[in-house]
Amino acid sequence: MTLESAQALAPAERAVGLIGSDLTEKSLRLHLEGLPGVDAVGLEQRAAGLGTRSIKTTSKARALDTIIRLIDLTTLEGADTPGKVRSLVAKAMNPDPSDPSTPRVAAVCVYGDMVPYAVEALGASHGDPAKGLISVAAVATAFPSGRASLHVKLADTADAVANGADEIDMVIDRGAFLAGNYGLVFDQIVAVKDACRREDGSYAHLKVILETGELNTYDNVRRASWLAILAGGDFIKTSTGKVAPAATLPVTLLMLEVVRDWHRLTGERIGVKPAGGIRSSKDAIKYLVTVAETAGEEWLDPHLFRFGASSLLNDVLLQRQKLTTGRYSGPDYVTID
Amino acid sequence: MGCEMTRLAVPKTYKLYIGGKFPRSESGRTYEVLSKKGVFLANASLASRKDARDAVVAARAALGGWSGATGYNRGQVLYRIAELLEGRRDQFVEEVIATEGVSKAAATSQVDIAIDAWVWYAGWADKYVQVAGNGNPVSGPYFNLSTPEPTGVVAIVAPQQGNSLLGLVSVIAPAILTGNTVVVIASEAAPLAAVSLAEVLATSDVPGGVVNILTGSPAEIAPWLAGHADVNALDLAGAQSLDWVDLQVVAADTLKRVLAPESGAPAPSLERIVAFTETKTVWHTKSLL
Repeated sequence: MTLESAQALAPAERAVGLIGSDLTEKSLRLHLEGLPGVDAVGLEQRAAGLGTRSIKTTSKARALDTIIRLIDLTTLEGADTPGKVRSLVAKAMNPDPSDPSTPRVAAVCVYGDMVPYAVEALGASHGDPAKGLISVAAVATAFPSGRASLHVKLADTADAVANGADEIDMVIDRGAFLAGNYGLVFDQIVAVKDACRREDGSYAHLKVILETGELNTYDNVRRASWLAILAGGDFIKTSTGKVAPAATLPVTLLMLEVVRDWHRLTGERIGVKPAGGIRSSKDAIKYLVTVAETAGEEWLDPHLFRFGASSLLNDVLLQRQKLTTGRYSGPDYVTID
Repeated sequence: MGCEMTRLAVPKTYKLYIGGKFPRSESGRTYEVLSKKGVFLANASLASRKDARDAVVAARAALGGWSGATGYNRGQVLYRIAELLEGRRDQFVEEVIATEGVSKAAATSQVDIAIDAWVWYAGWADKYVQVAGNGNPVSGPYFNLSTPEPTGVVAIVAPQQGNSLLGLVSVIAPAILTGNTVVVIASEAAPLAAVSLAEVLATSDVPGGVVNILTGSPAEIAPWLAGHADVNALDLAGAQSLDWVDLQVVAADTLKRVLAPESGAPAPSLERIVAFTETKTVWHTKSLL
C-alpha cells in the first residue's frame, strides 16, 4: 500500500501519528482489529434508555426546530426529474408555507447529475447552513452499491463537485472492508477526498457512508467508523437508505461514541449522519437526545450532525402545526413529496 | 368427590380497539364500569387524546383499502359480522343486562334489533350507489354520472343513554358500509358491549383500522376529534349532553361534515348511509360512430 502520493498526505500523516508506525495494510489491520470489542447488550440497553426521555412542550418545540435545521432533505430515486428536484428545493427553502417562522433544512441531497438543477433552483439561498442558507449534497462513488472501479468513482465525485455540490456522500467498498482489505478502503476514501478538491483549493465536505446494515456486527461498525475518520472523512454516515436495516439508534450511538473518542484524542470534531428509516418526530427526538448525551450539545449543529430523510420533514411539520394551533394536523396540510 | 373445588372466575380486561389490535390506553388510565345499581362490573380503559390520535392514524391507513373494495365485497364482510354477532347473542344479552339494568326480554330484543339492523345495512352496501347516484340528462354527446363516494375518516360519538349495543351498531354500520373508516367513542357508562363488538370485528373479515373503538369520556376526547384536521366528518349522535354546538364550530374550521345529536339509537335509514358520502360527478364522451 502506497500512501506516498501527495494527495494523501494529510490524512496519512494523521493516521501514522495515531497508529504509531508506518501505514501498511498490516499496521492498519492491527490497529483496527485491536480496537476494543463492542458490548452489544450494553449498547442496545443504553440506546433504549436514551429513547425513553420525555421531551414535551417548549423542549419539544425547540427539538422540532432543531430537527428541521439538521435535515438533509433527500430524493434518491431512479425516477428523479429536474422538476422533482426543484420542488424538493422549494420545500427545503420554505418547509411550511402556512408558518414562515419554520426554519430551513440544512441541505438537499440528490444524485450527482441533479446537482445543477438543485444549485439553480436554490439561487441566492445556496450556501452554508450555519448562515441560514442551504447546501447541496450529492451522492457519488457509484451510490448505493459502490461497485465500480476507482476511476469511475473519482470521476463521479469530481463531476458533482464541479457542478457545485458542497458535500459529497460517498459509499465505502463494503466488499473490500468485509474481506479485510482495510488499506484499499482507506486509499479509496483518501482518493475521493482529494477528488472533492475544488479549483480554488477548498474541499467539498466528505460524508463517508458505512452502510452499517451490511457490516453485520457492531465491532465492524466501530472499525469502519475509525477507518473513515483516519482516512479524512468529515462526516460518518450510517446508510444509503437502500439497505435494511438502515439507521438504528444503537448504531448511531456507537458512531457518536467513536466521534467523541476521536475528539478527545485529537481535538477534531467529526460529524455523524444517520440516514434511512427515521420517519417520525418521536424517533428523531431520540437521536437528538443521544447526540446531546454522547458527543455533547455542540454536535447539534448542521456542521456536525444531520438526518438523512425525506418523509421525516412532513411528520415534524405536522407536530409543529399541532404545537402551534393546539389541534392535530393531517397529511392534507403538508406537501406530498 | 370429597372436597368441593371453588373455581375462581376469570374477569375480562376491557381494552380499546385501534388498528385491529386491543391496546390499553396510552395514558395507562382505567375507569370502573358499574351496573345500574352501582355494583362493580369491570375496569375499562379511559382513552386519552393520544389514543384518539392513534385511532385516526389507523383509520386513515385503512381507508384506501376499505373504500377501494367493491360494495358487494363490503356487503359480504358486513354480513359476516352479523353472523358472528348472532353467535355471541347470549354474551351481548348478558352485557346489556349487566350495564343497563334492563330485563332479559328487553336486552334480548335490543340485541336482536341490533343484529337485524346490521343485516339491513349490509344489504345496502351494493345498492345505495344505485339509489343515491344518477345518470344525469345533458344536452350533448356526453354521459354525465353522479356517484356517491365515502367522505373519509368519520369520528362518531355513540349514543350514551341505554341501547349500548344497538346505538353503536346504528352509527357504525351506515358509516362503514359506504367505505368510510370510523373512530367511535362508545357509551361511557356502558362500554362492555362495545368492547365485545370490537372482538367480533377483530375475528370477522373487516380489515384492522376500519372500525376503531375508544372507551372513556366523550367530553374529553370529542373536542380533539372535532378539531383534528385529518378527520373528515363528525357524527354527534350521542353528544346531547356535550357542548355540541362548540364541537360543530370547531369542526367547521376544517370543513367537516357534521350530523347533529339524536335522541336514542338512530333508526336504520338510507339518509344515514348517504350522510357521509360525497357526490362525484363525471363527464365522459359518448363514443362516436
